Amino acid sequence: MKKILIAATAAVLATGAGLLGASAADKLKIGFIYLGPVGDLGWTYQHDLGRLEMVKEFGDKVETTFLENVSEGPDSERSIEQLARAGNKLIFTTSFGYMEPTLKVAKKYPNVHFEHATGYKRDKNMSTYSGRFYEGRYIQGIIAAKMSKSGVLGYIASFPIPEVISGINATMLGAQTINPNIKVKIIWANTWFDPGKEADAAKALIDQGADIIMQHTDSPAAMQVAAERGKLAFGQDSEMIKFGPKAQLTSTMNNWGPYYIQRVKAELDGTWKSEDFWGGLKSKLVVMAPYTNMPDDVKKLAMDTEAAIIEGRLQPFKCPIVGQDGKEVECKGGTHLDDGQVLGMNFYVKGIDEKIPGK
Amino acid sequence: MQLVLEKRAERSSAIALISPLIAIGLTLATMSILFAMLGKNPISALGVYFIAPFVDSYSLQEIAVKATPLVMIAIGLSLCYLANAWNIGAEGQFLIGAVAGSWLAVKTQGTDAGPWVFPAMLLLGAVGGALYGLIPAICKVRFGASEILTSLMLVYVADLLLDYLVRGPWRDPKGFNFPTTAEFDPVATVPVLIEGGRLHLGGVIALVVVAAGAVLLARTIKGFEIRVVGAAPRAARFGGFNSNQLILLAFAISGALAGMAGIIEVAGPVGHLQPGISPGYGFTAIIVAFLGRLNPIGILFAGLFLALTFIGGEQAQITMKIPLDVTKVFQGILLFFVLACDSLILYRFKLVFASPKVSRGAH
Repeated sequence: MKKILIAATAAVLATGAGLLGASAADKLKIGFIYLGPVGDLGWTYQHDLGRLEMVKEFGDKVETTFLENVSEGPDSERSIEQLARAGNKLIFTTSFGYMEPTLKVAKKYPNVHFEHATGYKRDKNMSTYSGRFYEGRYIQGIIAAKMSKSGVLGYIASFPIPEVISGINATMLGAQTINPNIKVKIIWANTWFDPGKEADAAKALIDQGADIIMQHTDSPAAMQVAAERGKLAFGQDSEMIKFGPKAQLTSTMNNWGPYYIQRVKAELDGTWKSEDFWGGLKSKLVVMAPYTNMPDDVKKLAMDTEAAIIEGRLQPFKCPIVGQDGKEVECKGGTHLDDGQVLGMNFYVKGIDEKIPGK
Repeated sequence: MQLVLEKRAERSSAIALISPLIAIGLTLATMSILFAMLGKNPISALGVYFIAPFVDSYSLQEIAVKATPLVMIAIGLSLCYLANAWNIGAEGQFLIGAVAGSWLAVKTQGTDAGPWVFPAMLLLGAVGGALYGLIPAICKVRFGASEILTSLMLVYVADLLLDYLVRGPWRDPKGFNFPTTAEFDPVATVPVLIEGGRLHLGGVIALVVVAAGAVLLARTIKGFEIRVVGAAPRAARFGGFNSNQLILLAFAISGALAGMAGIIEVAGPVGHLQPGISPGYGFTAIIVAFLGRLNPIGILFAGLFLALTFIGGEQAQITMKIPLDVTKVFQGILLFFVLACDSLILYRFKLVFASPKVSRGAH
């Protein structure tokens, strides 16, 4: 009787184990953790497009799994660990808030490689990757200053982290090359994705006189509001032209596919190692959507600026950079601010009348 | 012929016992159909949801970790609901508990404070949650304000307070402006029970809370008073029970438990204070409380069951590529059937053969 019981238990356990690790072992299993739903049409959507592009490249050699809508709170460590336990050898965690959980799981699973987007902590088996989104925003600033009649730009910001601050500064530096007196109004939505809040912010900005809407949040809601009110706007993360065919000027798009292909290839070749990748327009991680709804001269200016950045002739954070307090910022990169200064940016440039929240 | 619902002469205790089981059975049947429609094998899908999480210590631990805050909060809520006091704001009490406890963790950071820090944080969390829970209770008792509205609105206040603290005064100076405190020191974190695992002392505390709740309700006069005030307010008045005092007590206990759950979550699985520390635990716990029929033991199982659907849902996403939305549909259907089956406690189905119309014309 006891034997039967043991056998039965073993059978149940084996079935369970079979359910957990069902697929063939020779494929490279790759996991993704997404912040939003894959249908957010913004941040997560672009990561998923990158994943699909990578799958298309490698076909049968890889098998991917994603967990979507993983909140940055207490659940994320479990979600990441579940992917590691399910046999994924390379795991991409695609939001800043996964930094500590990714680090914790990486220590527990030294044979699994982790890639954390937009963070600053690394380990032997944990890389970081991000985009120089400020390059696109510099171009947007130039376009915005050219197109604005009121001279007031509306900016929907998410959180006062360096990536967002450097985006606001780059926008202003670009805009000031056209109109030194340009103004920007900033609303902090305190969220990456909340279409209702984003739409409200866009309405409030327009009511305050802004005629160009730019956003560092992920949904197309602001674009829709701008389109309804007959204003112009910039997309974010992805192509948003269908939400504002008469409103979108361009969009700074995140193009993760080439990076994912490169890293998976390294993993397949056995050459993966922990590193910090920060790609911009040149490496095509940041891509501009077609320049639309603007006269040809503005379009040409935008394209020339883009080319200059790609060729390295133009640095958005070219020295001298003057801070809000009127003092010149130390120029650690020689001719421009160095990467460390941009990655840790915590000041506004001169010309911005607002204050960084919590500062 | 017609099928009608007829009120029972008295509530059926047999149905009360098996109604959750009927509900779970109906849910499983409905989900099987849904899985089949998605082109997945229903048997293996249900296996991933309900059997796979039980086969290893890892997922068992995760179920316990996920259930811990739900159970602790739901026990407190059940006291309120039994006393007919509608505390909807456990989420806020959870957050304030987390904030109150974190204060000590932040203040002692980098000092050589001893192992007293975590127990003190636990106490602060409980006190913070209790005081916050008392606000709607006092407003109700003193001014007759609806505790449903006040407790709910205080959730947003708590949320914004936490937000302010981690963006301003408590922000990690080395954290590049990200809204989070620095990672807590080891003395300010919940001890882990199993080396390398995630099961922490909070699980044990939750079990103690369940036992204490069961004893309070079944074996003490206060527990009896709470039940009578809720079930028969007139009788309670004749009995000389002070219902206002009991409402204050229920809210204080409920707030303390939610606050304790908050600080345990922050000092345990999260490791630092940040916005979004609760994926709606305070609200999900309301479901847990009712699923467990406001009974401590029932709540323990309800909490574990709900945690199981989360863990199983995640494994279903990984192994069977079943979308997350299906897990949400799953939980929704379960609640729907639980509520539907509960009506059978007070009502029964009856087949009526004659026309229900009464003819009026004939004298």
